[in-house]
Amino acid sequence: MKRAIGKMLPHPVLSVVLLLIWLLLVKSMAWGHVALGAILAVFIPRLTARLWMEEIYFHRYRVLVRLIGIVLWDILVASIVVTRLILGPGTALRPRFVVVPLDMTNPYAIAMLASIISLTPGTVSVSLSDDNKGLLLHGLNVPDAEELIRSVKTRYETPIKEIFEC
Amino acid sequence: MSAMSAMLLEILVSLFLLASAFFTLAGSIGLARLPDFYTRLHGPTKATTLGVGGMLVASVLYFSARGEWLSLNELLITMFLFITAPISAYLLAQAALHLRVRDVSGGADKSKHPGQ
Amino acid sequence: MLAAAITIALAAISLAMLLNLWRLLCGPDLPDRILALDTLYINTIALLVLLGIHFDSLVYFEVSLLIAMMGFIGTVVFSKYVLRGDVIE
Repeated sequence: MKRAIGKMLPHPVLSVVLLLIWLLLVKSMAWGHVALGAILAVFIPRLTARLWMEEIYFHRYRVLVRLIGIVLWDILVASIVVTRLILGPGTALRPRFVVVPLDMTNPYAIAMLASIISLTPGTVSVSLSDDNKGLLLHGLNVPDAEELIRSVKTRYETPIKEIFEC
Repeated sequence: MSAMSAMLLEILVSLFLLASAFFTLAGSIGLARLPDFYTRLHGPTKATTLGVGGMLVASVLYFSARGEWLSLNELLITMFLFITAPISAYLLAQAALHLRVRDVSGGADKSKHPGQ
Repeated sequence: MLAAAITIALAAISLAMLLNLWRLLCGPDLPDRILALDTLYINTIALLVLLGIHFDSLVYFEVSLLIAMMGFIGTVVFSKYVLRGDVIE
C-alpha cells in the first residue's frame, strides 16, 4: 500500500502544495475544482521528476513552524533597524562580506538557509562556494562579523538541520 | 457587521497600508542613495518582504470583511514573492560578482567566488 | 479615513517608483539597472493591490500575479544574460 502511494506520488509535500495553490487560484472549493487540482497534483510532480535532485522530506513539523515564526519576527525587527540605517546618515554604515561555514550537505537545506538569509533584511546571500562548504553573504551594517556568523548558525542553521535531519 | 467593528477594520487596514507604503518607499530610497551595488541589493529584498507583504495582508483583511468567503488569493502573491525574491537577489549578486562591479564593502575575500 | 490612507500610500509608492526609475536611468552598472527594474515591478504589484482596494475590485489580483511571474522571469533572464552572454543554453 505504502509503496503504491509512493509510486503514485513521488513527492507528497509537493503534491499537497500544488493542490492548495490550485484551490487558491480558482477561489473555489467545488468538487470539480478539487478533482482537477488532484489530477494536477498527481501529474505535475511526475512530469517534473527529473528536476528534483532528491526527495523532499521534512522531519519535524513543529520545528518548521517555530522556524517560520522566528523568521517572520526577524523580518519585522530587522526591517525597522535597516530602515533607520537607510534613512540615517550614510557614514553610519559598515557594509562587509562574511563567509559562513556550512555544516549541511542537503541541497534543499542549503537553499532554505540562503533564502532565509536573503529574506531577513540586512543580509543577502551572495554566493555559494564550489564545494558547497561556505556561503558568502553581504551585510549592510556588520560591526562584528563573528557575532553575525554565530547568530546565523544558531538561529537558522540548527533548526534547518533538525528539519532535514542531516 | 456592526459600525464599531467596521470602523476598527478600517483603521487596521489603513495602518497596514501606511506602514507598508512607508517601508516600500524606504526600500526605494535605499536603492537611490546607498553607495554601491551590494548595499543597494538590500533595498528591494526588504521592499518585497515587508512592503508588499503588509499591503497584501491589508488586502486580505479588506476583501475578507467584504465578501462571504475568506479572500486568501493574495497569499499566493506573497508566497510567490517570498520564494522568488531571494533567487533574484542571488542571481543579481552572481551577475555583479561576474562583472566585478566596484564596491565599498570590506571583509571576506570574494575572489574565491568568481560568479558562475 | 481609508480613502486618505490610500491616497497617501499611492503618493509614497509613486515616489518610490520615480526613485527606481532614476536608478534605472543612471545605472551606473548593468546589475544596478536590472535591480532597479526588479524593484520597479515589485512596486507595481504594491500599486495594483492598492488600486484593487481603492476600486473595490478583485480583477487586479490576476494582473499582479502575472506581473509577479513575468517580472521574476525577466530578472532571471537578464542576470543569466550578464552571466553567460546568452539566455538559452
